[in-house]
Amino acid sequence: MKYFYFALLLAPTAGLTANAPPQVSAQRFVDLQQGSANFAGFRRAHAKGICVSGEFRANGKLADYSKASLFRNGTTPFTGRLSIAGNNPTAPDLKSPVRSLALSFTLSRTEQWRLAMNTPPVMAVADPHTFYQQIKAIQAGPAAVKQFFTEHPESNEFLAWAGQYQPTGSFAAETYHSINAFYLVNANGKQHAVRWAMQPTVSVAATDLHGDDALQQEITARVAAKPVVFDWVFTLAEPMDDENNPTKAWPDSRQQISAGQIVLTGTTAQLEGDCHAINFDPLLLPSGIAATADPILRARSAAYAESYRRRAKEQLHGALAGSNNE
Amino acid sequence: MRLFHWGMAALVVSMLAAGLLMVTSLQPWQYTLLNAHKAFGVIAIILVMARLINRLRHKLPALPSELSDGQKWVAKASHWLLYGLLFAMPLSGYLMQYFAGRPVAVFDWFRLPAALQVDIYNYALFRELHGWLAIALIGVIALHVGAALHHHFVRKDNVLKSML
Repeated sequence: MKYFYFALLLAPTAGLTANAPPQVSAQRFVDLQQGSANFAGFRRAHAKGICVSGEFRANGKLADYSKASLFRNGTTPFTGRLSIAGNNPTAPDLKSPVRSLALSFTLSRTEQWRLAMNTPPVMAVADPHTFYQQIKAIQAGPAAVKQFFTEHPESNEFLAWAGQYQPTGSFAAETYHSINAFYLVNANGKQHAVRWAMQPTVSVAATDLHGDDALQQEITARVAAKPVVFDWVFTLAEPMDDENNPTKAWPDSRQQISAGQIVLTGTTAQLEGDCHAINFDPLLLPSGIAATADPILRARSAAYAESYRRRAKEQLHGALAGSNNE
Repeated sequence: MRLFHWGMAALVVSMLAAGLLMVTSLQPWQYTLLNAHKAFGVIAIILVMARLINRLRHKLPALPSELSDGQKWVAKASHWLLYGLLFAMPLSGYLMQYFAGRPVAVFDWFRLPAALQVDIYNYALFRELHGWLAIALIGVIALHVGAALHHHFVRKDNVLKSML
């Protein structure tokens, strides 16, 4: 009997040694993202952004595919954030190659959903370790980037997109993609792999934009005049589509369902807004949505958590130092 | 009582190992481990409370009489410190999730509520506390194991044998 107890104790440690150490840790990844920049309290990636508020108006068409309450006919408010890629919260808006929309839905005390979407429809790489190398190449300069892409043919679809992408003159005119696939799970437990995109309902040419905060000023004025609307369109995978590879788009012929409209009705500077405190971890899912095994998606929770931990600690220190000085 | 002790030991060691792994790993199993850690954390706090009740209802075997009063005091204090940490670990873990607005799912059975509005300061407080308590718990467990081995191999008394 005594050996049984020791075996019980050793079981978890055997599991520990069986898992080889990861090639890149969350800490190293976030170290790379933040670089030498020191912007205490800000996100390590997509540091510059503006808070938005609004509601999702569901048409009910997705309710048969997912039991998440927000897909039933009706409206659900959200807190969101429009941002640009990069580690600098004061960077010029127009220099960033990627724009993003993040949303946070509080469906109830026990059901929340965070979404983080970007302008590219696919990733250039399929796993976080290679993603780390890609970011390193971007930081090293154009020659390193060129070298990286010749060594990574899986980047081809991303490069084809990047080659034809024209940045618009507004956050309101971009298409924001989930990139990673998720499963919709309905009340009967049936699941379906999907990707989604927030599709714009206006087109805005990139002219007459000036200054570092051009996009933030544009969206603030636009929302103040009239709500900004996106269609939330889901693409349903067929059995031959790989939901675990974020570098490959699914064919255009796949069934698409519009679940309703995302309506932005307010903007607030991020330091004054509700979005600044939120970790838009796309793996924070309500019942009715589940994660695929996509290695990039699976890596996002730990990386977001590390970034969030660092800036939360800095914000707490800042608040404590501030109250001591008063 | 013994099954309780060793089952709890296995759970606590697993939780600490999982916690240390999941905050660094970017591997595909990280998300699965994270969810398991949270679910077992809820189970752990229920077990800790059951164990405390069990502990208060039963008389423990007396400590060896040859121990000095000081050693007896250290033995008792370290056990209560252990119980305190075993309770504070899952509680701080839940509170950091609560303030980050992340409902804790216990498998597909039920979910614990989270704040409707994220409170990043309280998140930071309980996130750091959870980390510091983990280090303290590892320290107290090391002391606990060290003391058990000391009883067995140096003092050659019955303390470790009575737990097997």
